[in-house]
Amino acid sequence: MEFPKDLKYTKEHEWVRIESNIVTVGITDYAQDSLGDVVYLELPEEGATVTKDETFGVVESVKAVSDLFSPISGTVIEVNDALVDNPEVINDDPYGDAWMLKVEMSNSGELKDLLTADEYKKYVEEEK
Amino acid sequence: MIVANKKIKLTPLNQIHKDLNAKLISFAGWEMPVQYTGVIDEHLAVRKSAGLFDVSHMGEIEVSGPKATDAVQDMTTNDASKLKDGHVQYTLLCYPDGGVVDDVLLYKFSNTKYMFCVNAANTEKDYIWIKEHVGHNVAVRNLSDFFGQIAIQGPLSQPILQNACNLDLSLIRYYHFKEGNIADANAIISRTGYTGEDGFEIYAPWDKTANIWHELMERGSKFGIKPVGLGARDTLRLEMGFPLYGNELNDATTPLEAGIDRFVKLNKRYFIGIDALKKQAQMGINKRIVGFEMIGAGIPRSHYKIFDKARLVGEITSGTLSPSLGKAIGMGYVKTELSSVGTKLDIEIRKKNITARIVKVPFYTRTVAQAAVNPS
Repeated sequence: MEFPKDLKYTKEHEWVRIESNIVTVGITDYAQDSLGDVVYLELPEEGATVTKDETFGVVESVKAVSDLFSPISGTVIEVNDALVDNPEVINDDPYGDAWMLKVEMSNSGELKDLLTADEYKKYVEEEK
Repeated sequence: MIVANKKIKLTPLNQIHKDLNAKLISFAGWEMPVQYTGVIDEHLAVRKSAGLFDVSHMGEIEVSGPKATDAVQDMTTNDASKLKDGHVQYTLLCYPDGGVVDDVLLYKFSNTKYMFCVNAANTEKDYIWIKEHVGHNVAVRNLSDFFGQIAIQGPLSQPILQNACNLDLSLIRYYHFKEGNIADANAIISRTGYTGEDGFEIYAPWDKTANIWHELMERGSKFGIKPVGLGARDTLRLEMGFPLYGNELNDATTPLEAGIDRFVKLNKRYFIGIDALKKQAQMGINKRIVGFEMIGAGIPRSHYKIFDKARLVGEITSGTLSPSLGKAIGMGYVKTELSSVGTKLDIEIRKKNITARIVKVPFYTRTVAQAAVNPS
């Protein structure tokens, strides 16, 4: 199970990569492993507004449906449409090609609520 | 299912599942493997070569005695009098109102000895129901703690099992069984399954089940055998349109509504529920099971609502992304007048209505080569 150090995490198992005012969002290795084979993904449109802790999409495995929760508030400036067509990439490369959204943050103060890799790893181990 | 104040039960293969790093879940009071390598991978292994399933959670109930034949005939919807020794029959136990107690396999050993294989979640309920309704001179034994059960399913099941077994498996036809020996254990070997593929279900003493598993995994390795969990068991049965108790079947649904009327013989003299079912057959059913294929994007899931324009007309009972077909499929109940193949209806998915089309089941059809053994 991987927990890249350069990312931040949520307890709902999303990861965030921060580059100045833009963040990239995806789901973690632990999340994809728990879901099993991902077969369906719904993401918001470019230009949509997302709000911290509210759902921004849905991911489905063969067996289960899971909501995706936004780690931060802001405006969606880019959507990974290729991933919607090939959602199984989430299982293969959760931190790379399986990025979901790029969001322009409206309140960078929200970043302080995110977990570090070590904190998230500890959280996941306790959840098991 | 809620199992209050009961310890979760472990099958004789529990340690094997842990050693294989399976994902374990609680199902019907049992700790069961939901997947090993992945649902799709396991599903396709069963369609292409073979898969091994731990189904030790299933219940086995023996009915024996001089009046055993009358007893099973009077409590099952199918015609048990047609069974010969060594035959298996898919049949239903019904309530007097026609609702389903359980869907079961009935094994005939002789005129005085039968065995039901029942759904794990229903074992206790069925045992009590059967005991209460067999009448005099019939003994009922719950053998569920005695039998472990392994299913080997897929087109290569026979060559794999043949290497480990003292019987000539080519002599066991579909829905027949024989008693034999596998990996030094006495076992009931039944050519049955829940996947739509050729295969066998093996009933063996609890403490011998692990040996049989190891033997079949070893013999099957060069054929590409894989351990298969409940996840793929569900997608495999769903592609075939096989009903699952708790989803398509329950005490408020009749077998006529569930589209399994060919297992209900209304010309029998008697069985529990016959009057209600005869009446329903005469009056016509209000709802009927159908199979759906999604036209719009989305996957139907159990309890999603079905609409005809703005009107609520039914509910999904099972749904998934079919690994064999790569399509989103589902089953559900709709008003009878809307149940014909080709009808377009909407499934409500996350507050949006998505178009689906009623299609024929089974969703998946075996190729000619795979269909060497024909269902009776």
